[in-house]
Amino acid sequence: MNLQCPIPPNAEEIIRLGHGSGGEMTQRLIDQYIQPVFDNPWLSQAHDSATLPWKPDQLVFTTDSFVISPLFFPGGNIGELAVYGTVNDLAMAGAEPKFLSCGLILEEGLPLETLQRVLTSMAEAARNSGITLVTGDTKVVEKGKGDGLYINTSGIGTLIGEQPIDPNRICQGDSIILSGDLGRHGMAVMASREGLEFESDLLSDCAPLNGVVAQMINAGIEVHCLRDLTRGGLATALVELAENCGRTFFLEESKIPVCDAVQGACELLGLDPLYVANEGRFVAFVPEADIGLALSILRKATADSSFAAIGTVGGGNSSQVILKNNLGCDRLLQRLPGEQLPRIC
Amino acid sequence: MKYLKEYRNSETIRAMAAEIRKISSHTWTLMEICGGQTHAIAKYGLQQLLPDGIQLVHGPGCPVCVTPQPTIDRAIAIAAIPNVIFCSFGDMLRVPGSDRDLLEVKASGGDIRIVYSPLQALNLAEQNPGKQVVFFAVGFETTATANALVLSLAKQKQINNFYALISQFLVTPAIQSICAREDCRIQGFLAAGHVCAITGYRQYRSLVQKHQVPIVITGFEPLDILEGVLRCVRQLESGRCEVENQYQRAVTKTGNTVAQDLIKQVFKVATQQWRGIGEIPASGLVLNDDYSGFNAEQTFNLPAVSISENNGCISGDIMLGLKKPGDCPHFAKTCHPLQPLGAPMVSTEGACAAYYRYRNQVESNESTVSNSTKR
Repeated sequence: MNLQCPIPPNAEEIIRLGHGSGGEMTQRLIDQYIQPVFDNPWLSQAHDSATLPWKPDQLVFTTDSFVISPLFFPGGNIGELAVYGTVNDLAMAGAEPKFLSCGLILEEGLPLETLQRVLTSMAEAARNSGITLVTGDTKVVEKGKGDGLYINTSGIGTLIGEQPIDPNRICQGDSIILSGDLGRHGMAVMASREGLEFESDLLSDCAPLNGVVAQMINAGIEVHCLRDLTRGGLATALVELAENCGRTFFLEESKIPVCDAVQGACELLGLDPLYVANEGRFVAFVPEADIGLALSILRKATADSSFAAIGTVGGGNSSQVILKNNLGCDRLLQRLPGEQLPRIC
Repeated sequence: MKYLKEYRNSETIRAMAAEIRKISSHTWTLMEICGGQTHAIAKYGLQQLLPDGIQLVHGPGCPVCVTPQPTIDRAIAIAAIPNVIFCSFGDMLRVPGSDRDLLEVKASGGDIRIVYSPLQALNLAEQNPGKQVVFFAVGFETTATANALVLSLAKQKQINNFYALISQFLVTPAIQSICAREDCRIQGFLAAGHVCAITGYRQYRSLVQKHQVPIVITGFEPLDILEGVLRCVRQLESGRCEVENQYQRAVTKTGNTVAQDLIKQVFKVATQQWRGIGEIPASGLVLNDDYSGFNAEQTFNLPAVSISENNGCISGDIMLGLKKPGDCPHFAKTCHPLQPLGAPMVSTEGACAAYYRYRNQVESNESTVSNSTKR
């Protein structure tokens, strides 16, 4: 007969199935690792739902799930992504982020130290973007049935301006402004995941966008549409928007910023930076008269100077995105059909 | 990046295109051998810069496209075996086999890993002694070198759970085969610079003399390609047929002799089946007897595979320069990247993928290859 105690002496060092039981181990996980990091009166209600102060006619609500390998990558981690991703989705609707929920799916065996680092990072990201985590949930899956840690976040925000920000407001003659250079996040994650060593220290662009968006709206810029450039990158986002609003976008390749490190890594792997994911970049559609003010706000709000007006919205209803290259030749941008796969040679 | 930007300078490129227009007085059909060149031509819209009389057609230089369907089916069968870690370059995963592709095997639970070099596969074998690790060794002389190096390392280290599924091709016999066809319309070749970096280009002399066709070793940047075209057209306009080396920054006459020795040590030349084209004598590499223990085909008990490729895909005609992707009735209709009939629509270097991706640029050039006769 095996009389060994089922709870080994180092039980607190890694996630165990008991942490998802809803019992004592779950409560200890919440009390020791989650509650102190996100301490606020709504979370302290410790109820099934958080009761929030609200004006009922200005709600903006979004949700997103985060699955990434590795959990930590140059310039960020899954926790920052989970906060900034939802904050940015709210910002792209012209909302000021207010409250966040967090669902954690933990894989048995995850070191608690790893969880703590992720949670601490989430708390800092929430502070940076002015959002408060008010409710959450924790589940544990058996070893081998997860990828260490998955996170779902949902966010609520309040609309800043009076007009909604929507693809249908994109007008002929609008300028298309890109908030920074492309591809840093996707290439940093790929380099980290695949063990590729590039000469440069490529860091993810993972960052909150709500601050600069609020400044643009509060400065009186008539922001018609915003879109963050996550999976599928700039090209896929613009193709979707062109189809949504039924207009043709004209871009100039020479004005689209891509840093040498990203360009070099893409050359090596046969990838197109226009399709590589970003986590801290957006495009804004504003009237031509507002370009100067928008660029001035970006100049003050961002650490680099790679933002640029990259194109304009044309008339008609052809729903295309046409890129004019440096040789004066046109290229029709399309959605990424699937995952970009590195080439053989 | 400095060196790349120099070869993408718009003023220099426009000047080169103007020079080509100035000297062109005939209609010429030129073939770029490599799929990387095809994509550069489409991406930068180079055909738009050339005079109407100069037609660029695509050669058989995409390793993904020419790997025969039975080999893809073998890869799929091996990847589905429990306890096997199947390692492949990324762009092989979407190539359709007889009834599914490697991505579907992966989704069904096959342990398929995308690698960036064969060394990663060998490392996986060392790290997983209880598993059988198979590397899909696909490509031309460029990849043959790295694959030979890893196989010789595996032999030295006596790693007994590492295997290779070989699908290696040689470029020169393919050019020879195209030149020898009665329906060949190619009047000049832009040879693949990276292959010649390994092989050198002495072997092209006899080809040029026998078939009276200029061959210019050409790089992959827009300026490289236009200079390759210019050199080819200059020869044709003046009635010359020679081997020229445009890609001097990487290619010498004798090539990389260390790499050549390594390839000879591990591989031997054999008849090879080319997808869509058929058998070409002495156009492939298989493992030498000393390395037969690494042969995945011999190691695994594979089911019989169909060799039928009759699904309407005209990839053979495209890679022989007889047709362009736009000539295919399935192009961008029943054949597109999400539902490809053949490898050229899914490969990163495939001609159909290039035409699909950049198709607004090439619509005006999608007619059947001109009927200009060979000189």
